[in-house]
Amino acid sequence: MSILHTVNKSPFERNSLESCLKFVNQGDPVLLFEDGVYAVLKGTSAEKQLEAALAKQSIYVLGPDLAARGFSADRVIAGIKVVDYAGFVDLAAENDKVQAWL
Amino acid sequence: MKFAIQINEGPYQHQASDSAYFFTKAVLEKGHEVFRVFFYHDGVNNGTRLTTPPQDDRNIVNRWAELAEEYQIESCTQDEDGNEVMQTELVVCVAAAQRRGVVDEGEAKRNGKDATNIHPRFRISGLGQLVEAAIQADRLVVFGD
Repeated sequence: MSILHTVNKSPFERNSLESCLKFVNQGDPVLLFEDGVYAVLKGTSAEKQLEAALAKQSIYVLGPDLAARGFSADRVIAGIKVVDYAGFVDLAAENDKVQAWL
Repeated sequence: MKFAIQINEGPYQHQASDSAYFFTKAVLEKGHEVFRVFFYHDGVNNGTRLTTPPQDDRNIVNRWAELAEEYQIESCTQDEDGNEVMQTELVVCVAAAQRRGVVDEGEAKRNGKDATNIHPRFRISGLGQLVEAAIQADRLVVFGD
């Protein structure tokens, strides 16, 4: 059984991403959206944590929320996939459950 | 596939109501079904028809109502006389609504209030509706703060 995990808060504001990455099963996808997109930028103190997580699961980021904050896809850590809302829906459908880390 | 959506945050607060709207819209555009949208906690404020944002801003309440209208987010039920009627599936939690002053006619009568403010495309009901949505839908997706 696979679970899509969603994180909507910046790692510089809350520890929801850290909690999520601690509990997530290997191979289960993580989607960052809303202020969660700050985690996927290159050159921040969260980069190492994200790169370690990328070795165990696929990480996605919601493109419209990146754009809303003025970031283009080339600011994103390599290996993290940018998706739109349709991609978010596909991820929710492909996995058995969706867990929001609110 | 059947989706249920839960929204725990009010409109114009952070981003949850917007995210939930765009997600729900994408669900419907992909041809999936939305079984119910359940507004909980501050999310009940998405259901007041008295919302009047500036003209150049999005109207979050009307936007939900229009989406529900366009894609018929509703279900068939029976009235007291046993006739089949359609009911909206934009559902506001009653306990959360009472605390925040979101009122329909039944609640106004029961609690001695002199006005109502629920949008006609929304209805007030209990938490059992969320449990039912979680059971009936294939996926429950939660948006909040």
